[in-house]
Amino acid sequence: MKATARWSQGMAVVMLAVALMWPCASVNQARAAAEEYLIGAVFSVTGGASFLGEPEKKTAEMIVEQVNKSGGINGHPVKLVLYDTETDATKCNLAVKKLAKHDNVPIIVGPSTSGESLAVVKVAEEEKVPLISCAASYKIVSPVEERHWVYKVAGSDSHVVGKEFDYMKAKGIKKLAVMTVSDGFGASGREELLRLAPEYGIQIVADETYGPKDTDLTAQLTKIREQKPEAIINWSVGPTQVLAVKAWRDLGMRNIPLYQSHGFGSRKNIELAGGGAEGVLLALARVNIGPLLPDNQPQKAVIMDYTKRYADLYKEPISSFGGHAWDAVTLAIEALKAVGPDRAKIRDYLENKTGFVGQHGVFKFSAKDHNGLGKDDLEMVVVKNGDWALAPWK
Amino acid sequence: MPVTDRRILLVLALVLAAFPWGVRAVGAVSHYLDVMVFAGIFCIVNLGLSLLMGFAGQISLAQAAFFGIGAYSSGILTVQFAWNPWAAMPMGMVLAGLVAWLVGVPALRLKGHYLAMATLGFGVIVHIVFNEEVRWTGGPSGLVDIPGLSVAGTPLRGEIAWYYLVWGTVLVALVFCLNLLHSRVGRALRAIHQEEKAAEAMGIPTARYKVQVFVLSAALAALGGSFYTHYVAFLNPGSFDLMWSIRFMLMVMVGGMQSLWGAVLGTVLMTFVGNEWLQVFADYEVLVYGSILLGMALFLPDGLVSLKSIPVRGWLRTPRSSTEGTQR
Repeated sequence: MKATARWSQGMAVVMLAVALMWPCASVNQARAAAEEYLIGAVFSVTGGASFLGEPEKKTAEMIVEQVNKSGGINGHPVKLVLYDTETDATKCNLAVKKLAKHDNVPIIVGPSTSGESLAVVKVAEEEKVPLISCAASYKIVSPVEERHWVYKVAGSDSHVVGKEFDYMKAKGIKKLAVMTVSDGFGASGREELLRLAPEYGIQIVADETYGPKDTDLTAQLTKIREQKPEAIINWSVGPTQVLAVKAWRDLGMRNIPLYQSHGFGSRKNIELAGGGAEGVLLALARVNIGPLLPDNQPQKAVIMDYTKRYADLYKEPISSFGGHAWDAVTLAIEALKAVGPDRAKIRDYLENKTGFVGQHGVFKFSAKDHNGLGKDDLEMVVVKNGDWALAPWK
Repeated sequence: MPVTDRRILLVLALVLAAFPWGVRAVGAVSHYLDVMVFAGIFCIVNLGLSLLMGFAGQISLAQAAFFGIGAYSSGILTVQFAWNPWAAMPMGMVLAGLVAWLVGVPALRLKGHYLAMATLGFGVIVHIVFNEEVRWTGGPSGLVDIPGLSVAGTPLRGEIAWYYLVWGTVLVALVFCLNLLHSRVGRALRAIHQEEKAAEAMGIPTARYKVQVFVLSAALAALGGSFYTHYVAFLNPGSFDLMWSIRFMLMVMVGGMQSLWGAVLGTVLMTFVGNEWLQVFADYEVLVYGSILLGMALFLPDGLVSLKSIPVRGWLRTPRSSTEGTQR
């Protein structure tokens, strides 16, 4: 009995020792190649937000490989130092500190989610390392005086709301019904909808909410119908946005146009609605609708190029999220090309960068705006014959 | 406190004091100090959990909830009411203790799986409150721009300062817990763990002691939460979900439930394993992490501290002592 116990305890010690020794070997390898330009990256490759982190990681790796194949940045090979945050704020915080202090990277791209980004804003400021977040929350870059080193490449909710309100205004819609899901995404959308409506002369006649796990939205839509709105806007992600479409169709409310958030921007949603989504309107980033764009649209070329390369390499379509990583990593590479691996110079370069043609828009950064996007970087689309089509403004 | 404990404590204090100079000398591990700050914060939580699980024999899957109550108390009081962080900290501890008392009185009447389920349910409820009370907690998008701590007017900046503050607190808490264990209460707790009915028959007010330890563990968790809040300067509910309760429990179990030293050792080790040492495995990190836990559960069920009971000489020798081994 005891012999087995001792043997097994011995095994445990050996296993632990191996696990502890392993990192030492890799540290030495990393030191050997000092000529490289480093780009730090933190993405939620696993965990709750892996649907963001996975395409981001693949995109970042693809671009870096591409740059190295074509001779690197001014002759310097690029190395991506990537850590998986497991969608955990604590782990992300430590990973960014490690990138800043231990790996000594001149620039960091990521994190993938707003929560993780907000948990590392202070680190980037204290370590004085430029960081380009791929998440959406406007708090990541505001107040901009306290976000000297932090940038983000994902648009804000206010852009989407602004674009959709522009469209409603063009269509003469004055009475709007709002329905939102009670989670972070819905709450943030609701806030912006209610805040911006008066600016566009739009009156909110109904303000309904529902839970993210609700299975039927008939009640909410019935109440909305009683208020006789001229349009309905639904703000949610996941199954509820499809449920809203189904209830809207089943109640025969097609005469009141249904708008959705950018969260609806996946073809899967059109399929799930089973033909019911015809006529649904939403604002989308151009990366989602590359083939629909006119050839003279400045973003068309980069989007089509990304779409093709990604599909060739990974045999799967691009996603809006991978597009954020494309924008962040390409910005980092352009900065390294222009000013070299110097943190302060890269930061200044980013702040003055305008006219950068990316997947999610034509970025115009400034000392007041560390996001560089606006509502004009979006397109209004409508579901037509089971696919996206550019929505007619006339 | 027995002499051995005192000696270990002294050695630990010296090692901890020298640690920053040690890691700075070796460039490759200079960022270990950052990991140690989080390890220290988790240690504060796990000392309480170790008392509760290892000594009072009660299972709690709500530790992350108390950690969160402390964190959000500090966050909300400092951000929304502009309190001094040092005043908010004890408030968080009192609040967590109060909640633990309210939950503990009925819940600790339950035993085994039922107690685990009750605390699990409570943890989930607290997590939902963090998510839904948007006006106070900021909801899923979180609470931002939480002020840092300052000592005597100077803001606490940099890892070294935080390291000494957090680990100083760990040492104080450790001394307190060790003294508690070797008092009348500590002996009573161990009696409850061994055999609750026998303890009761001896005249130990088991229910009262169990609740008291639960309250103490909640207050310690809240203290850890407050440090976390001011260190990271941002809170969102994701850091206080059930997964974190399980992580805290794993840290204590890996170190060894029956020993406070085990809790400290397990916490430090698992923080490094989870955040640092397995990064080289990249995509397979989670798999390796799982295998380590599985290996521990199979080969070292009593945790790392149980290794000290094997004298190295006897371990290397042939196992002729197998006859004496059956009794344990």
